[in-house]
Amino acid sequence: MKLNKTKKNGGETPPFAVSLKDICKSFGPVRANDSICLNVSPGTIHGIIGENGAGKSTLMSILYGFYQPDSGQIELDGILSNFRQPSEAIAMGIGMVHQHFMLVPNFTALENIVLGSEGRNGLQVGLQIARKKLKELSQTYGLQVELDSITEELPVGIQQRIEILKALYRGARVLILDEPTGVLTPQETDLLFKILKALKSEGVTILLITHKLHEVMAITDIVSVMRQGKLVAHTETKKTSPEWLAEQMVGRSVLVNSQFPEGKPGKIALSARNLCVSDKRGFNSLKNASFEIHEGEILGVAGIAGNGQSELLSVLSGIILPAKGEFVIGENSFNSYHPADPAHLRQLGVAHVPEDRHAEGLILQFQAFESSILGYEKDTRLGSSFLTDPNIGREHCSELMNSFDVRPHNPKLLSSQFSGGNQQKLILAREISSTPKVLLVGQPTRGVDIGAIEFIHNTLIKMRDRGCAIVLVSVELEEILSLSDRIAVMNAGSIMGIVKRHDATKSILGRMMAGMSPDAALESAV
Amino acid sequence: MQQSSRLPAYVDILIIPFLNLLTALFVAGIIIAIIGENPFTALSIMLKGAFVYKGGLGYTLFYTTNFIFTGLAVAVAFHALLFNIGGEGQAAMGGLGIGLVALSLGSVIPVPFVILLAIFGSALFGAVWGVIPGYLQAKRGSHIVITTIMFNFIASSILIWLLAGMLMAPNQMSPETVSFADGVMLFKMHQILNSIGFSVARSPLNLSFVLALVCCFAVWVLIWRTRLGYRIRATGFSNKASTYAGYQPEWIIILVMAISGALAGMMAINEILGVQHRVILNFTSGYGFTGIAVALMGRNHPVGIIFASLLFGALYQGGAELDFEFQTITRDMVIMIQGLIILFSGALAYMFNPLLEHFFVANTAQKEMLDG
Repeated sequence: MKLNKTKKNGGETPPFAVSLKDICKSFGPVRANDSICLNVSPGTIHGIIGENGAGKSTLMSILYGFYQPDSGQIELDGILSNFRQPSEAIAMGIGMVHQHFMLVPNFTALENIVLGSEGRNGLQVGLQIARKKLKELSQTYGLQVELDSITEELPVGIQQRIEILKALYRGARVLILDEPTGVLTPQETDLLFKILKALKSEGVTILLITHKLHEVMAITDIVSVMRQGKLVAHTETKKTSPEWLAEQMVGRSVLVNSQFPEGKPGKIALSARNLCVSDKRGFNSLKNASFEIHEGEILGVAGIAGNGQSELLSVLSGIILPAKGEFVIGENSFNSYHPADPAHLRQLGVAHVPEDRHAEGLILQFQAFESSILGYEKDTRLGSSFLTDPNIGREHCSELMNSFDVRPHNPKLLSSQFSGGNQQKLILAREISSTPKVLLVGQPTRGVDIGAIEFIHNTLIKMRDRGCAIVLVSVELEEILSLSDRIAVMNAGSIMGIVKRHDATKSILGRMMAGMSPDAALESAV
Repeated sequence: MQQSSRLPAYVDILIIPFLNLLTALFVAGIIIAIIGENPFTALSIMLKGAFVYKGGLGYTLFYTTNFIFTGLAVAVAFHALLFNIGGEGQAAMGGLGIGLVALSLGSVIPVPFVILLAIFGSALFGAVWGVIPGYLQAKRGSHIVITTIMFNFIASSILIWLLAGMLMAPNQMSPETVSFADGVMLFKMHQILNSIGFSVARSPLNLSFVLALVCCFAVWVLIWRTRLGYRIRATGFSNKASTYAGYQPEWIIILVMAISGALAGMMAINEILGVQHRVILNFTSGYGFTGIAVALMGRNHPVGIIFASLLFGALYQGGAELDFEFQTITRDMVIMIQGLIILFSGALAYMFNPLLEHFFVANTAQKEMLDG
């Protein structure tokens, strides 16, 4: 697996592991990549950062052979290699770990790793050879994985290791990691970084796509910043700062990590008692969740994705029925005998910004104005007569777009044609314009650019100060820490505890996310 | 059927169907040339048969009426992402509905009421035949494609059972009911037009054609101008978003299948109330299935469906003329040509998309560069 450096001729520097020359790629009128030139030295960790829609993923997809560039060249170790499909890129030693893992859940780790390169002479023979080879690989890089465990039963961090092993098994010398830490706990992230460093010391070149600045600072050697399809900065990580990088990403100064003043809680707006959710197989995804939330307060819900936060939001918004327990809003109490439904809750003043904005929050094939009335088409947003009037809808949407600075300002554009941040602003505008008493927010800034993040955060704080009770579910600890008045941490479907913001730190929350009680977490922090 | 197309709308709506039609005709032309006839002569006879010869246009529009109803049925269901393949069965049940009303009330209450009730009956019976698969899909997860196909067979069997049994006209050998009471029929268009001074040839075209056009408008209003239509489209595009918004997708599915079934059932008005004046077997003769191609070609929009129906109506009528004129071209040959058109505008509807996308996207990019 050592990098082959025999191509050195004379005293010249070795060729770049990856060299992209003038890569251009357009999708219709959108220039996703505009004359990108990028050189990556072998055996380095190279960070590529940028806002959503900046063209990072497109660039990596070109390198991995998913897309073909409109023009430009790719060289690997000085050899011209324009790939027509991923299999060619894999053969040339490029491996990719996707943000959403490409693993078969009910296969064993070993089966997943050899998938696609099983060999031809009977599966068992292939598996035996693979097992031997993987043992070596695991030892070299410190990548321990129980090869015979079923993949879906393993923690996310281990599943990611399987992905990395899979790439290495196929002989990857260049490893592309797309937002690898999005699903990890802080502790798991540390472990991942250790592995990446081990890989680097063995000569593997790593391309790290991320939007988390502190990770870039912590682990990369070189960092490249992309903005609107162009490569705008390229520098050694040591010589830069998070603030400067953030500036480069958005093209102006922003506040990173600002803490907002705490709110002034009033009466109880919503209280939940022993809420439980179980699926058809009897798996309890939410266990005995009890909490209260007051007017003018933000309750942050932290936790690694998939620990019951989504179910909590779905129950409170009436999308799924709790198996047990109840929640009370004003005079109304809802439980499995007296179920809530989203339309009724909306009338009671419960607004919901869903976690998955593409599947739930808006309808991608709808024009913006149609998405901007989703769930509210009954009121006057489409006119007051029996027949609806799209012009009224467009005017309404236009006002929303004005006050929330949604760009492009065009109610007729398809919802899918807006960037993530603008889609989110549109959803937020829709939900807030009904002046809700309770606002349920899931991952408000996932895949949203920094400029929009600031706007969304300020909007949430403004809503809170107007007396709205906000439940904020987010996997971004910084976000939780800077916005919430109190923080509930979830693990395996249970709320581990609720801590006040000024008692909480990242490491305490991290420990609670891993299943510690708040007391134990506080103690071990001291 | 839904494809995310990066093409300008007019290309999608006009140029692609036109290209598909042209390709189908081209292939059909080759086959006609192979059997030794001149394809251009054949085409001209088809066109004349459909539009020029005496009564030709009337017959074309008569068939068009059938296709509009079944095409609309498929389109409405498709807006909620449901493939209603059960047009045949729903239309057959619609016919039964008309028959039951006309035979039981025909000589009891005044004729106009009988006709109105019969029209309502066709929609109701069709709707019921759509709602059952809809319910099974929504509440039980049985796939609508499978159930609607099965329901075609059930409807057909029910009709055979009734027409060869309880409802069979006495002293007769064929499986059909007695004729409806006098006057229980829709006016023919040629009668109406002749009475107001236009001289028009005889044809089976009747008032159902007007009703079909009204239904087109009604469907457009429903889908694009009502809150229910908004919910239907939302559900069709994203079930999850529909749940999120509180629209209860199951009920939308059931309701949409009722509307779709009703539209398919109304096809029977044209055949039974317009022409036959009694219930016969197999009067649906494949219109329900062809409705799928009609909806596909018409891009699930009423205006598109009117044009696609006209095309298929012309094919039916012009095809019959071909059969009549040429010894070498048989009825089966005509069915093959229709099949080719369905193949190219239905199954292969998006065959030219990549090519056109390449052409148009490259073009717009170039234009932008020049503008910029």
